[in-house]
Amino acid sequence: MITNANTQTWQFRTPKQYMLRWAGWFWLVALTVFCWNLMTEDTIWAFVADAPRQASDIGGRMLPPRWGYLNELWQPLWDTLNIATLGTLIGVIIAIPVAFLAAENTTPSRHFVRPLALLIIVTSRSINSLIWALLLVAIIGPGLLAGIVAIGLRSIGFVAKLLYEAIEEIDESQVEAVRATGASGTQVIDYAIIPQVLPAFWGISVFRWDINIRESTILGLVGAGGLGLQLQSSLSTLAWNQVTVIFLVILATVVVSEWVSAKVRQAVL
Amino acid sequence: MTGAITSLRTWKRPPVLLKDPRWRWTILLGSAIYLVLAISSVEVNWFRVYEGLERGWKFIQGFLSPDFNSRWRDIQAGLIESLTMTLTSTVAGVLISVPIGLGAARNLAPLPMYTICRSIITLSRSFQEIIIAILLVAMFGFGPFAGFLTLTFASIGFLSKLLAEDIEDCDSAQIEAIRATGADWWQVVNYAVQSQVMPRLIGLSLYRLDINFRESSVIGIVGAGGVGATLNTAIDRYEYDSAGAILIIIIAIVLVVEYSSSYIRRWVQ
Repeated sequence: MITNANTQTWQFRTPKQYMLRWAGWFWLVALTVFCWNLMTEDTIWAFVADAPRQASDIGGRMLPPRWGYLNELWQPLWDTLNIATLGTLIGVIIAIPVAFLAAENTTPSRHFVRPLALLIIVTSRSINSLIWALLLVAIIGPGLLAGIVAIGLRSIGFVAKLLYEAIEEIDESQVEAVRATGASGTQVIDYAIIPQVLPAFWGISVFRWDINIRESTILGLVGAGGLGLQLQSSLSTLAWNQVTVIFLVILATVVVSEWVSAKVRQAVL
Repeated sequence: MTGAITSLRTWKRPPVLLKDPRWRWTILLGSAIYLVLAISSVEVNWFRVYEGLERGWKFIQGFLSPDFNSRWRDIQAGLIESLTMTLTSTVAGVLISVPIGLGAARNLAPLPMYTICRSIITLSRSFQEIIIAILLVAMFGFGPFAGFLTLTFASIGFLSKLLAEDIEDCDSAQIEAIRATGADWWQVVNYAVQSQVMPRLIGLSLYRLDINFRESSVIGIVGAGGVGATLNTAIDRYEYDSAGAILIIIIAIVLVVEYSSSYIRRWVQ
C-alpha cells in the first residue's frame, strides 16, 4: 500500500480545535470535582446511606392519604388562587409603566430613567417570591396580604422584562404613520404601540399567572397564607398522610392552571 | 348626497381581542364579580401593617447600608454551599438529561422508550423545587447534599424537555444524509444530531445554571443548604442590614451569571 502524502484523511475537527475542547472539558471536570469535594465536606454519609430506609418509612406514612382532610383544604385553596391572581394583577399594573420606561423606543431618558427601570426589573427578578414573602411576613405580618404583595413584587420584573422586549420589537412604521397624523405622545402610545403589544401582553400576564399559581401554593411555608400554611402545619406535626393530600391538591391546581394558561395563550397569540 | 352622510360617521377603534361584544361583557362582568369576592375574602389587619411600616423602613435602610462584616462567616459558608451546589447539580443534571432527552425525541427513539422518558420528564416538572427539597431533606438529612439532589432532579425535567424538543426540530435532511452513508444509531447521533444541537444544549445548560443559582438561594429555607438558610436566620433575628447584604450579593451574582451566560451563548451560537 502506497499512500500519497497529499491525500488527507477527513477529520471531524482540526487538531487545534481538539486541544481547545479537551482543555475546556478538563477544566470543567476539575472544577466540578473541586466543588463536589467542597460541598460534601460536611455531609454525614451515614444519613445518606440511611435514605432508602427513610424513604420507605415516609412512603409508608404517606399512604393511604387521609382523604377527609380534603374538606379543610377548600378555603386555603381559594386563598392560594387569590394570592396568585391579585398578586399578578398588582404586578402587571406596576410592570406596564416600568416596561414603557425601560423600552429603548419609548423611554423618556435613555441615560437616567432607563437604567433605573432596568434596576427595578433586575431586583424584582433575582429575588425569589419565597424570599420576598419571608421579608414581607417579617415586615407587615403573616397573612394573605404578605403573599399577594410578594407575588406582585416578583411579577413586576418578569412581566416588565418580557413586555419591554415586545415594545422594542414593534413595527416602527405604524408609529410613524400615527405620528404623521399629528398625534401627541400619549396618542402614539395608545393608537400605535398598545394595539401591537396587546396580544403579547395578555400572553405574558397569563403565563405569569400560571407561574404564580405554582409559587403561591408554597408561600405559606413562611407564613404568607394559602395551601403552604396547611403544608407547614402538617409537616411540623409529621402528619405525612395529610401531606400527600396537599401534594395531590397542589398537583391538580398546577395542571388545571397550566391548561387554562395554554388555552388562553393559544387564543390570543 | 350619500357621500355627505357617510362622512359624518365617526371612526371607532375596533377591539383588538374578543371581537364578539357578548364575550367581552361576560368576561368583564365575570372578572368584576371575582375581584369583589376575592378582595372581600382577604382579611387585612391594617393596624399590624401600619406597625410594620416602621420595620419596612428599617429594612430599606438596612438594604441601603448593608452590613457585610458581622455575619460574614455565615454568609461566606452559605454562598460557598450555594455556588458549589449550583455547579455540581447543573453538571449532574446535564449528564443525566442527555440520555433522557435523546430517549424523549420521537425521531430517534422507539415508542416504549419515548413513553418512559416523557413520563420521567413530566414527573420531574410537575413538582416545585421546594416541595422536592422538603421530601429529600426528610430522607437525606439537612445540608447541601439534599439541595444538590433537589436541583439535579429539577434540572433533569427542564433540560431533557427542551433538549428533546430541539432534537425533534433538527434538520431531518442531515440525519438522512448521515444515515445514507451506512452510519449506525450512535454515529447518526454523534455526527448529525450532536452538531446541530450542541450550541443550544450549551445555551440551555448555562440558562439552567442561572436558574439553579436562584433556586439554591431559596431551598435553604426548608433546610437544604445554601445562602437561603443564612438569609432566613438574618430575617428571623431582625438583622436587616445583614439580610440586605445577602440580598445584594444574590442580586450581584445573578447579574454576573446572567450577563456572562448570555455572552457565552452569543459566542457559541
